[in-house]
Amino acid sequence: MTRYVVGIDLGTTNSVLSYVDLTQSGSESLLVPQLTAPGSIEERVLLPSFLYLAQSGEFPDGSLALPWDPKVSYIVGEFARSHGMSVPTRLVASAKSWLSHSRVNRTEALLPWGAPPDVDRISPVEASARYLRHLLGSWDHKTGAAEKLSEQEVILTVPASFDAAARELTMRAAQEAGLQHVTLLEEPQAALYAWLQSVGEGFRKQMQVGDVILVVDVGGGTTDFSLIAVTEEDGELQLTRIAVGDHILLGGDNMDLTLAHNLNQDLAAKGKKLDNWQFTALTYGCRHAKELLFNTPKLAKAPISIASRGSALVGGTIKTELTRQALTQILIDGFMPQIPVTDMPQSARRTGLTQLALPYAQDPGITRQLAAFLTRQAQALAAAHEAPIKAEGRAFIHPTAVLFNGGVFKAGELKTRIIDVLNGWLAADGGQPVKVLAGADLDLAVARGAAYYGWVRRGHGIRIRGGTARSYYVGVETAAPAVPGFAPSVKALCIAPFGMEEGTQADVPPQEFALVVGEPTVFRFFASSVRREDHVGAMIEDAANDDQLDEVTPIETTLPGQSGKLVPVNLQAAVTEVGTLEVRCLEKGGTGRWKLELNVRVE
Amino acid sequence: MCYGLSMGQQIAFFDRLKMAWRILIHADFAATVQDGLHALEARQTKAAAPSPDRVHASALMFLAAMQREGRLIDFLQQEVAAFSDEDVGAAARVVHRGCRQVLQQFFDFEPSVSGEEGTPMSVPAGFDSQRIRLIGNVTGQPPFKGTLKHHGWTATAVRLPVVSEALDPRVVAPAEVELQ
Repeated sequence: MTRYVVGIDLGTTNSVLSYVDLTQSGSESLLVPQLTAPGSIEERVLLPSFLYLAQSGEFPDGSLALPWDPKVSYIVGEFARSHGMSVPTRLVASAKSWLSHSRVNRTEALLPWGAPPDVDRISPVEASARYLRHLLGSWDHKTGAAEKLSEQEVILTVPASFDAAARELTMRAAQEAGLQHVTLLEEPQAALYAWLQSVGEGFRKQMQVGDVILVVDVGGGTTDFSLIAVTEEDGELQLTRIAVGDHILLGGDNMDLTLAHNLNQDLAAKGKKLDNWQFTALTYGCRHAKELLFNTPKLAKAPISIASRGSALVGGTIKTELTRQALTQILIDGFMPQIPVTDMPQSARRTGLTQLALPYAQDPGITRQLAAFLTRQAQALAAAHEAPIKAEGRAFIHPTAVLFNGGVFKAGELKTRIIDVLNGWLAADGGQPVKVLAGADLDLAVARGAAYYGWVRRGHGIRIRGGTARSYYVGVETAAPAVPGFAPSVKALCIAPFGMEEGTQADVPPQEFALVVGEPTVFRFFASSVRREDHVGAMIEDAANDDQLDEVTPIETTLPGQSGKLVPVNLQAAVTEVGTLEVRCLEKGGTGRWKLELNVRVE
Repeated sequence: MCYGLSMGQQIAFFDRLKMAWRILIHADFAATVQDGLHALEARQTKAAAPSPDRVHASALMFLAAMQREGRLIDFLQQEVAAFSDEDVGAAARVVHRGCRQVLQQFFDFEPSVSGEEGTPMSVPAGFDSQRIRLIGNVTGQPPFKGTLKHHGWTATAVRLPVVSEALDPRVVAPAEVELQ
């Protein structure tokens, strides 16, 4: 048995590694050595998830060397982030958002997006692998050869809203980085584990059967909702994750950017033009001013200074300020508007056009996204026969407690606004106000909770159950006479029901497919976060136009053997012990079994 | 540049002049001097102390960090007398924010003594004269009674970066050239 269990929060903007030493108690976070300037290595808890692809000769020989990798040619961490703001075309940022972007080939070298041709681009998977490799190098460097990270049990967190393909690709990145014992955990669950760790046995006093915990996790780049119910089995309290939200590309970075754009407009009106570097400085200035105003209620405004580009600092520095009024208007009313629960996000969930750049959320209203989530899930649960919580007769799911996670909520006013809005909805629907769970350190909770989960898996403490938060389907083309200009409609065959637990496999659906040996066969693949009732074998008509189904990355397989032969097969889904979904072909009346792979090629 | 040659080992100018004359005059003496100088050079190379910029690399690195994050050298190298307080203030905010961040990253500080400034304080016999400096009417023997004017600062943790030997520590800020 290894000595540590390790939790890694591979974040959109920052990554953190925490661990529990099983010979002792309590969890620690690794101080990660990273370049802060050429030739200068500092240790920090946060590893900014940025990667800079340096040109040969751009920095002095040996100045990018890391203690565990003297020959490394790229930069990861703080210096990548700070230098990259001056050279955006060589900076890889938000790799995690690209990892979940299904309209591009995520294994293809496409980052930095928009880089000039002489830059050796890398894939989102490779970028993620490099961040993990940096953490692995740091760990091995500091811990020594006896307890290599590749040998330890590692819990790697992913957004709850990551679909099967994004999870699979995260796992692939972990394998490429050299991690051998990896299990995936959803970030909001990790945050709740961190809370459970902090309250210990006090959990039983604070929670009772029937409670529904809403985890609101707003990271740097994504917003993630999860609902976790407190239930009872054989007299013991149980935690069950009952629903997760859709993937929303909207986070704290958007907020700082919005403030910066607003102030930049004022500056431009006064004839002051900022370059890229200065605009980034303005964005950081806004974040600082925002935190200052939120933490100091007396202040009416906070000054922001943007340093000159040249050495003449005095006289060349540009001054502006963030007023409390602007902050409230732009941030609180803009991102967390006071709206009734019936107010849904303003854009369609799917657009017909193919977007290639990151599909950022069209509606920045986090409260609207939350309203949509709670309403959709109430409808889904009301329709379910064995719903773990009461949903019928309610317009939306009534949470009884809220846990906030993500650096954004260092600003207490943002929490207060969400609670106000939520309590307003609850009062109007005959519910009780929510209680707020005092979370742990907002930057570190996910990594810590993940490490704690590794400890829980060894038989300590309470475990959150849940299984898959989606049901999965393959597309079956309907046999119909061809009509020019109309694609034949596609039915969806359920192969994995909602709530499949890790380490289990689904039944084999009756539907049979004939695969041509030696040629790739591609299946369209669909998922639903609201169809809780579909059993294996259920068939849904016109899948492509069903708004309860999301089309995800197709899956494909090539049966080995003499080509041209037809083999009848059934499909079967399994959730692996590590938390990924696996779809297999089973030869009908034979022993052949083939795994279907993700097809990330984009037509 | 010749950091390896310290002042004590240098051959004074007049001695050199004398040697030059003698070398002109005596060819065999010239050969002796030549050998001696080679030997001296060899000895000096072997015993070369690290150059001052290497010895003080961490101070230069600290300045580099203060410049990088807080533009400290820009600020201090500039003549500010002609600028308004508003301009100086705006620049000072850049310096304060960045340098403060570096300071917090590299060091932890706490007051050298506990106690509130402006309140009475007793200084015991055998006090730590590095931590406590007596000012005013310093006379007689401790214990003393006085007023705490400034609580001082003591670093309780130092976390300086590891700096690569590959770089010239004297370059505290590179020139920046923007390509179009």
